[in-house]
Amino acid sequence: MALPLTANESLFGPPVTYDAGLERIEIELLLEGVFRQYGFDFRSYAYASIRRRLWKRIAADGLSSVSELQAAVLHDAAAMERLLFDLSVSVTSMFRDPGFYQVFRRDVVPLLRTYPFIRVWHAGCSTGEEVYSTAIVLEEEGLLDRTRIYATDINDAVLARARDGIFALNRMQEYTENYIRAGGRRSFSEYYTAKYDGALFSPALTRTAVFSQHNLVTDGSFSEFNVIFCRNVLIYFDRDLQHRVHALFYDSLATFGILALGSKESLRFSQYEPCYEKLHPREKLYRKIR
Amino acid sequence: MAYEIIVVGTSWGGLAALRELIVGLPAGFALPLVLVAHRHRDSGQLLTSLLQDATPLAVCDAEDKAPITSGIHLAPADYHLLVEEGFFSLSTDEPVAFSRPSIDVTFGSAADAYGARVAGVVLTGANADGARGLRRVADRGGLALVQRPSTAESSAMPASALAAVPEARAMTIPEIAGALAGLRPSRTGGALR
Repeated sequence: MALPLTANESLFGPPVTYDAGLERIEIELLLEGVFRQYGFDFRSYAYASIRRRLWKRIAADGLSSVSELQAAVLHDAAAMERLLFDLSVSVTSMFRDPGFYQVFRRDVVPLLRTYPFIRVWHAGCSTGEEVYSTAIVLEEEGLLDRTRIYATDINDAVLARARDGIFALNRMQEYTENYIRAGGRRSFSEYYTAKYDGALFSPALTRTAVFSQHNLVTDGSFSEFNVIFCRNVLIYFDRDLQHRVHALFYDSLATFGILALGSKESLRFSQYEPCYEKLHPREKLYRKIR
Repeated sequence: MAYEIIVVGTSWGGLAALRELIVGLPAGFALPLVLVAHRHRDSGQLLTSLLQDATPLAVCDAEDKAPITSGIHLAPADYHLLVEEGFFSLSTDEPVAFSRPSIDVTFGSAADAYGARVAGVVLTGANADGARGLRRVADRGGLALVQRPSTAESSAMPASALAAVPEARAMTIPEIAGALAGLRPSRTGGALR
């Protein structure tokens, strides 16, 4: 049986003869160069996934080593832009993990109701699927008008896409199922207009949202929030950087503020675990208590 | 040869095959066992609890940056599971050949992290995921085992793995369990509990 792809194309790794120790040196040099030349700091990203993304770019650009990619990105800003896209975009869906949104609506919304004004931060919002999902829940619960949503990402280009609110039309069936399972109260199609192959979401959903560039690695706290969403972003960071970002979140949350993480992320390996209580045994919703 | 980790991949027919495999392991089995089974993105904890019912070994969904310990670790639904030296990392990167988790991704990362100290096992399944990953395990000097296709509920996945890795050993599931039980854990793999 013939394999339709080469191992590299499918696995996004080096040729099997590639020396693993040398590869690590090359990757560290590349990331150091990117930081010093362009200011983007990927040096503390989780090794296995950044390595996979680098080899994906090496294959796409027709190169054969990490050092060749280093030369390309240092001498050619367009090559850096492509790499930035690969390294900074996280793939997500609207209402990913419907059970999470159900619990958010049931257990967190009543807490938010007690506040006259609610500040929400989507840290690392990427193309905005989660921003719109949460805005839909807050709208249906009558809270959106007293909420200010801050959606930030390291990458300007993806922020522009988040701001536009256009998602692939062929995902709408999946998102509709997710929305229903998440406890949505209306017909999902009320929120978007289909045009060509895109679904344009109602600008009313982001009427209280601010999209702005923020780098979790190098930038500090910029406000005090009642809810911070950072789901499936920290998985791309190594443990040291995760600790630093948890410190930033802790400093940025009001007392009794809520931290929402991805379903397989946890505070278990963080020094901040004792500062939070779990709101649910399974969904990763934490409340800052001290 | 001492081993650090065992990676197992399956899809169609996988639940029965995985149960049969873990039932065949001794209670004190010390090597970390990583299972990658294709499942629905929103399938939750069902597979985990069905497998836990079949074994005294601890079964859990792998969490991000969790240490690799003795026991059975499942690739969570809708994530790729990457093996690093000593711990797991998760990723939500695009599905590979329509699969997330992808067996190839987990096998490839385990082979790159642990080289020859990996055992890879491909069981029943209706597609070719796992073939390239098992090829990489074998290329790095690891042990490659495949369920004999004639004994698999769906033979496509083991047949593809054997085509990509002709030197892999084709066995029944009880034979695979016996072979895994006979592997010697390395000092670190066995000591981390």
